[in-house]
Amino acid sequence: MFYFIGMGLYDEKDISLKGIEALKNVDHVYAEFYTAKLFGTTLSAIEYIISKEIRVLTREEVEEFNIPLNAAMEKDVAFLVAGDPLIATTHTDMMIEAKKLNIQTTVIHSSSIISAAPGLSGLQAYKFGKVTTVPFPDENYFPHSPYLTIKANKELNAHTLVLLDIRADENKFMTANEGLEYLLKVEIERKENIVTEDSLAVVVARAGSDRPVVRADKIKSLISEDFGGPLHSLVIPGNLHFMEAEYLVRVCGAPHEFMEE
Amino acid sequence: MSRRDKMISKIKELMYQPENIRNIGIVAHIDHGKTTLSDNLLAGAGMISAELAGDQRFLDFDEQEQARGITIDAANVSMVHKYKEGEYLINLIDTPGHVDFGGDVTRAMRAVDGAVVVICAVEGIMPQTETVLRQALIENVKPVLFINKVDRLINELKLDGDELQQRFIKIIASANKIIKSMAPKEFKEEWLARVEDGSVAFGSAYHNWAINVPIMQKTGITFKDIYQYCKNENQKELAQKAPITEVLLDMVIEHLPSPDISQRYRVPSIWTGDIESEEGQGMINTSPDSPLAVMVTNISIDKHAGEIATGRVYGGTIEKGTEIYMVGSMGKARTQQVGVYMGPERINTDRVPAGNIVAITGARNAVAGETISEPGRKIHAFEGLEHISEPVVTVAVEAKNTKDLPKLIEVLRQVGKEDPTVRIEINEETGEHLIAGMGELHLEIITYRINEKGVEIETSPPIVVYRETITSQAGPVEGKSPNKHNRFYIEIEPLEESMFKALQDKKIKEGRVKGKEEAAKFMEYGLEKEEARRVWDVHERSLFINMTRGIQHLDEIKELLLEGFESALDDGPIAREKVMGIKIKLMDAKIHEDAVHRGPAQVLPAIRKAVYGSIMMAQPTLLEPIQKVFINTPQDYMGSATREVQNRRGQIVDMEQEGDMATVESKVPVAEMFGFAGDIRSATEGRCLWSTENAGFERLPGELQKQIVRQIRDRKGLSPEPYGPDHYLG
Ligand SMILES: Nc1nc2c(ncn2[C@@H]2O[C@H](COP(=O)(O)OP(=O)(O)OP(=O)(O)O)[C@@H](O)[C@H]2O)c(=O)[nH]1
Ligand SMILES: [Mg+2]
Repeated sequence: MFYFIGMGLYDEKDISLKGIEALKNVDHVYAEFYTAKLFGTTLSAIEYIISKEIRVLTREEVEEFNIPLNAAMEKDVAFLVAGDPLIATTHTDMMIEAKKLNIQTTVIHSSSIISAAPGLSGLQAYKFGKVTTVPFPDENYFPHSPYLTIKANKELNAHTLVLLDIRADENKFMTANEGLEYLLKVEIERKENIVTEDSLAVVVARAGSDRPVVRADKIKSLISEDFGGPLHSLVIPGNLHFMEAEYLVRVCGAPHEFMEE
Repeated sequence: MSRRDKMISKIKELMYQPENIRNIGIVAHIDHGKTTLSDNLLAGAGMISAELAGDQRFLDFDEQEQARGITIDAANVSMVHKYKEGEYLINLIDTPGHVDFGGDVTRAMRAVDGAVVVICAVEGIMPQTETVLRQALIENVKPVLFINKVDRLINELKLDGDELQQRFIKIIASANKIIKSMAPKEFKEEWLARVEDGSVAFGSAYHNWAINVPIMQKTGITFKDIYQYCKNENQKELAQKAPITEVLLDMVIEHLPSPDISQRYRVPSIWTGDIESEEGQGMINTSPDSPLAVMVTNISIDKHAGEIATGRVYGGTIEKGTEIYMVGSMGKARTQQVGVYMGPERINTDRVPAGNIVAITGARNAVAGETISEPGRKIHAFEGLEHISEPVVTVAVEAKNTKDLPKLIEVLRQVGKEDPTVRIEINEETGEHLIAGMGELHLEIITYRINEKGVEIETSPPIVVYRETITSQAGPVEGKSPNKHNRFYIEIEPLEESMFKALQDKKIKEGRVKGKEEAAKFMEYGLEKEEARRVWDVHERSLFINMTRGIQHLDEIKELLLEGFESALDDGPIAREKVMGIKIKLMDAKIHEDAVHRGPAQVLPAIRKAVYGSIMMAQPTLLEPIQKVFINTPQDYMGSATREVQNRRGQIVDMEQEGDMATVESKVPVAEMFGFAGDIRSATEGRCLWSTENAGFERLPGELQKQIVRQIRDRKGLSPEPYGPDHYLG
């Protein structure tokens, strides 16, 4: 049996009881932290709970060498992934592979930023468009697609959840400020008036922790604010329902003018 | 004022009169007499004493140059010459003729506007003559011809007057054939060398005389007279009647363009910035007041002044003690001194204006090929200096003493800077660094110079550099990203011969395709229209063509695909040698919606694997570098000479006899050429002259393939056998 187990958003307690039970019963536990990482806990805290060693795998060990699935050919294996295991990751590929290899699979869900961020920002899940991620720019890689996704969503009056890149191996986690700067830089290159300094944005930091930060404001105010440690994500709202507007003003500190529109 | 001061002030004055400047290069096949000529021109112009010139080869002042009797480094000199009413500043670069140092010729051609192509009358047009002539014409540098060593035709080959003329006609005709095919369109006729108008001269650099038709008319000297002078060993008198300096420098002034004329047509071909811009117009007009634009063409070390960057000022004026900006490396520096040449010396001036060749100290970190501008005015960079052939021989070097480890790295970097045709690979982990050069001699000189710089090194025996290619086609193959969510489908086939040749001859530039204009060029060289319009990248004589249409997000990962394609070619699947001569067509692509799941970590390996896998499916093969070898030997030794060639897997291409001498033209793998110099010398008891010419790559014979692949892989610490396609595509 091969278990995909979600670790949720923040600390070891985000793993469901079902998950803990499975972890206790399997022969091997693997985890990957290259797609996301839990900041409110440590590996040993989880190991302590399940009284078992967890082997953390690199991207290569998972994607190229197939270590978890190979192990599952003969034993019961759990594969721990931050968030909800098949959301915002590319692990569906392992699911297909497992089917090909005739390995039985079970998915044990947990909370994901995909639902937490919309929830915390008071924006209706019904009104979100495509999700996008801002990558760390590279010498040969500065895609405009996050901006274009926001644009396409805005055309449908939809909100955009903007995830921010993680390079756990280099200990780099994009901050909301960096993400906003990226979008403004694309704006300078494209000049389509989609994400400007006066646009409204919502910053969600450390969702899942006891004190998540949720801040809504014009980008020019947000860009210099300090939102604390990782992980951060952004929401760029489309048209606001009056309830959404009120929530952003009263709960997330957005300027009053947004309620009057 | 002393004579020297007068000369200095004269040069400073002429510097500002571009119409009275000639920047010229002396180019030729090895040993045809460039340095002897340059020396005698300097002496004739009163810049050095006559005793130093000629036999002594004054300009070959380097110890290795003296010892080996050849020029290794190009030398910059200048002289002032009176012609008709005016005085002219001649900036001259004496270049090396040995193929291994051909990079110096490429670079010198960027600094000059005209070239004197020296051709030995005895040997005639040799392959390297053709190469240097091509190098000049590629750079839009106008040639004139000097047929040298005429004394030997008469005294050694004993040709009579008629035969002399026949020989000249033949030489001029073959030079003109090249000029006609390679000169810029508008000059194909104008630049032909013509005896009648005096753009061809004949003479003896060694004996200090030269004539051309205008001088014959002026002095009444005929070919018959020349014949007599030589026959009667009275060349001294001839040298008084027709001094080489007069004849050649007159020819240079008359027939070679001044910078202000030449920059009008040269600038658009060496600088692709906006010609209408201020800096563009400044260069077109050789204006000293426009924004600064200097192209660095050489880096050398002076014992006293340190690193000297020599270059051509195309626009503006470079001043001492001012801040400059290096466009390529994006660094700033401050000039300490700027100067020009007076005779063989550098003299410092406060400023050097457009149209001149400048020597700069203080241009820290400049390399040959760098563009220098003002810090406030970053201009578009000059076109790169690409040498006509590539390094084919490598040695591994290690410091003898561990304490020299860091110093060796520094010295190696310096060597790479001084000579951009060497390729240095530094490996700090193993301490074993690789130096790739044009040939055995090149590497000998480089290692010698490293030792000279105070680092004792040990070198491995030289090894040749191979290439990988394919002999059939394959595909479409599927390359998957590590997360499997991105897939690329490519087809591979050998590149069309005509395209390959055009790339080899630098008729098509390498690099990522920027505009639509290049499509016409690709079609001209045999690519079909649909493909020509879709070429994305030209790298290592290979193409990447995007045959897909309308795939979302493809434009965002284009640069990554090309980076992956290029890196795969730099490091092929057979033995991690470079790949060349392939055509990759992207037929389809499936791309993940989110930018982080199709970033570099996914796309680079995906395309690399597709390229590797497809190469391994398309009957890959190893190519080895080949040299043409020309041997000129007395008849009696011809048998031993050809045996030397045949023992080295060589093929005899042509044999000719003239009098007692025989000429053998052959093709030999570079891998078999090590030690040839000594062997041929003993085979012919020192009685032969020989030269080589790079002749590209050819397929390594089947029976050697396996063995060589294994050797290379062993050396590089790879598994003994290359991986099959499944390894990359599974
Ligand atoms: N008889 C005769 N010998 C000449 C003449 N010109 C040059 N030589 C000789 O040819 C040999 C080569 O001359 P260099 O001036 O060194 O030739 P180079 O072209 O500078 O040679 P590299 O720089 O090594 O390519 C020397 O021995 C010269 O003395 C000439 O006009 N007549
Ligand atoms: Mg020479």
